[in-house]
Amino acid sequence: MTTDTQTKITPELIAAHGITPAEYESIVKKLGREPNLTELGMFSVMWSEHCSYKNSKPILKKFPTEGERLMVKAGEENAGIVDIGDGLAICFKIESHNHPSAIEPFQGATTGVGGILRDIFTMGARPVFLMNSLRFGKFETDQTRHLFPGVVAGIGHYGNCMGIPTIGGEVYFDDCYDGNPLVNAMCLGIVSHETIVKGSAKGTGNPVYYVGAATGRDGLGGAAFASKDLSEESHEDRPAVQVGDPFMEKLLMEACLELVKTDAIVGMQDMGAAGLTCSTSETAARGNSGIRIDLTKVPMRETGMTPYETMLSESQERMLIIVKKGKEKIVEDIFEKWDLHAVMIGTVEEGTRMQVFEGPEKVADVPAKALVDEGPVYIREEKKPEYLDQARKLDLSKVKEPADYAAVLKKLLDHPTIASKAWIWQQYDHMVRTDTVFYPGHDAALIRVKDTKRGIAASTDCNSLYCYLDPFEGGKIAVAEAARNVVCSGAKPVGLTNCLNFGNPMKPEVFWQFHQAANGMSEACRVFKTPVTGGNVSFYNESPRGAIFPTPTIGMVGIMEDIDLRVPSHFQADGDLIFILGHTLNEIGGSHYLMIEHALKKGVPPMLDLEREKALQDLILSLAQNRMLASCHDTAEGGLAVAFAEACMGLNQSHGAVVDQMNLILNSKLGPYAEGKNYSLRKDALYFGETQSRVIISLKPENKEFIIHECQKFNTPVYQVGKVGGDSLILGDDINVPVTELKNVFENAIPRRMKK
Amino acid sequence: MIKAAVVVFPGSNCDTDCLHVLKDVLKVQAQFVWHKEGSLPEVDLVVLPGGFSYGDYLRTGAIARFSPVMEAVRQHAAKGRLVFGICNGFQVLLEAGLLPGAMLRNQSLNFVCKQVWLKTDTVDTPFTRNLKKDEILSIPVAHGEGNYYCDDETLKALQDGGQIAFRYSSATGEFGDEFNPNGSRDHIAGIMNEKKNILGMMPHPERASEGILEGTDGLKIWNSLLGTVKN
Repeated sequence: MTTDTQTKITPELIAAHGITPAEYESIVKKLGREPNLTELGMFSVMWSEHCSYKNSKPILKKFPTEGERLMVKAGEENAGIVDIGDGLAICFKIESHNHPSAIEPFQGATTGVGGILRDIFTMGARPVFLMNSLRFGKFETDQTRHLFPGVVAGIGHYGNCMGIPTIGGEVYFDDCYDGNPLVNAMCLGIVSHETIVKGSAKGTGNPVYYVGAATGRDGLGGAAFASKDLSEESHEDRPAVQVGDPFMEKLLMEACLELVKTDAIVGMQDMGAAGLTCSTSETAARGNSGIRIDLTKVPMRETGMTPYETMLSESQERMLIIVKKGKEKIVEDIFEKWDLHAVMIGTVEEGTRMQVFEGPEKVADVPAKALVDEGPVYIREEKKPEYLDQARKLDLSKVKEPADYAAVLKKLLDHPTIASKAWIWQQYDHMVRTDTVFYPGHDAALIRVKDTKRGIAASTDCNSLYCYLDPFEGGKIAVAEAARNVVCSGAKPVGLTNCLNFGNPMKPEVFWQFHQAANGMSEACRVFKTPVTGGNVSFYNESPRGAIFPTPTIGMVGIMEDIDLRVPSHFQADGDLIFILGHTLNEIGGSHYLMIEHALKKGVPPMLDLEREKALQDLILSLAQNRMLASCHDTAEGGLAVAFAEACMGLNQSHGAVVDQMNLILNSKLGPYAEGKNYSLRKDALYFGETQSRVIISLKPENKEFIIHECQKFNTPVYQVGKVGGDSLILGDDINVPVTELKNVFENAIPRRMKK
Repeated sequence: MIKAAVVVFPGSNCDTDCLHVLKDVLKVQAQFVWHKEGSLPEVDLVVLPGGFSYGDYLRTGAIARFSPVMEAVRQHAAKGRLVFGICNGFQVLLEAGLLPGAMLRNQSLNFVCKQVWLKTDTVDTPFTRNLKKDEILSIPVAHGEGNYYCDDETLKALQDGGQIAFRYSSATGEFGDEFNPNGSRDHIAGIMNEKKNILGMMPHPERASEGILEGTDGLKIWNSLLGTVKN
């Protein structure tokens, strides 16, 4: 039936599998012979960047991964696990599905969501929410207008059908993503300590079960596809894009979660990238075991598939389960209840070899660890990119301050990156499971944990323009901003997952960006004591135009011990006082103001002082603990003016604000870097600059003294700048616009463009 | 003590939400019933929850109506007992012929999840007895196919028979396309059978039944139901 074992392995065939001559030599050495075609395919996917992290491992090792709450660390399993008390733990991860989404936006996005969900429930955790981080090219192009709604519909379709709420995320539109959108999906699950499942195969003689959907030719070599640049010909790789079936996954999830409550299983592993190859070899390698499977037992939905195709298929909604010998019936009964396949395809074996049979014929025989742990590792060449010196140069004296600040504010609110994302998140079921306490549109998404007092907050963040202009600082800021957003909701950050989206790592400039950003992130993680619990690297994000901006997306998770202490992002009541916490500097380099109003992606991005940031975050948490805050909102793209506008535009209620004391900041001369110098703040920097470590809070007047005292204690500058009330947003003498007008611009920016 | 059952179809995903409200918020004795069951336990109320039964392949609710449990639901309803279909449950009731009409895709062709306003039409029914005529409720919707359609004759029968429970409206009770999230005929959000012991509605009252979740207007419907059974 098959010729896979007879096919001659030629240099052309090796190259076509993305394997270098040196890597091939290493494979031959490990096997003690030439591989056959099936084995070559297996090495090709397992040693691809997507599965092996061969180009990123040395850098990833530098991330702090230790933490007192950690139960499973990064890299040990499919996702890290963090203890939240009361015998419960959370398990979360973010992953990219960029390349498939560029080719086929709907299916690319759905399978991205499906994959990250499986990563979570394979650990025995019930997924409780999804988030996402998206990047598209310039809005006004046919390509973006095709990709953007397709991706949104795909994400929505999968999560909605599964009944997992999509509760937040972020979206940027920038021409650096033309032709190479980013689709990063994050999932968080909750698991009881005693039902945590490991992805390992142990116990000689234990049966290996295949459960879920049948195998077809879809997604053949998807991991390898994800490990090269997108090109004009990428559309020919369409078969490498998988097709998702959320109904199947819902059944699979319920069956698996029913199964973990029994004592019938040893391990469980989803079949994602590299399908059967990855799941069998990884479980065997983790369990220090051998594994033997027979492909004729695998449920098929296409005929005539060769061992090569079967082992490399990336058909969705499949899992591998290692069952305790003698408990097979328990497993079979549960899957029968859910009308799913559950077929014994092999056994755990003595030794450490992974053996694949097709009936009586052995079609592959390799050491499991050779595939999983012994892949090549490269330390790539790096070089500071030449564009940087020029791009970082910004002569502020040539940047004209606007004549009409209100017009600029409206222009910023109308930019799709800053505008309301309701058009997107109203297509996501963000309420199912009835745990969503903060809807999208808050600084952080927040869910309650039923039967406890606890809440879980999360935020995804990355300003890639900062990373383009200074990847180290940009990496730091991505972590700091994500933590700040979580803190603004009243939750304490406990850990993060990251999705590192970069260009081709063979380019020394790209690798330099990658290394710098990772260093910046690590430094911030250490200060905030938020370990990296896992994540994903996505290289080769290039279109014919070049690499994307470095985009190390952070998914930060925080815990709130008492959900009654949550703090909303929007103003709550007329008469509340408004304070700004933190300094404001002349930092308009890398700002959205500079980009949108002056068409410049230039300058030195804002600098972040980690100690100052930590003090601010500790201050906010202390104020939240003492119920001092009516609202708390981070300032980000668009600076104070946009942040004020956002704070005015609550979902169910709008409030005006009279902020008549902006001069306190303008005249403060308090800049931390201005000591001894005459620091003169520009007005456009005051309103639209993106100085870090700043938030806007509102409070009941009676809490004023306490808050000022706390600010002194935490060594954080505080300015009382105004009051909530009226129907307009009034900022100094420069901006006076009815909130309904701002809301109209903010809410219609995306729908208006989609109608065109 | 009132007893309730929540039917679980493969693909149901608001089943646990409904059970949570019934058991933990309303303190009702409630249990799941798997769709393969041919009979129901002795209950006063059967809830057909939201979700994507059978993946909503073919048409929403089209396959679920063949589940064995649906015959038992039919018999339960025939005895005059209460059946409450929410979202996908409403779609299943339409496919099963327990309520008249059909569902089309939302006019926008997009899934829509948001808070909407409902205007109460018919009161003095088991589902609306705690509500006043024209009372406005704020309850969320989340669906891709909630665009209720029926022919003129059916619509007239629904109107004349007082079978329309809720219509989409503005916060102050005006009707208009801008307040209708899916383009449904006559702004219909929920309808009852002639005997008024079966209600199907697209909005999710179980998502508006606790203070921490933006509003408790859904409780007015649940409490109407409980009051009905008590009496």
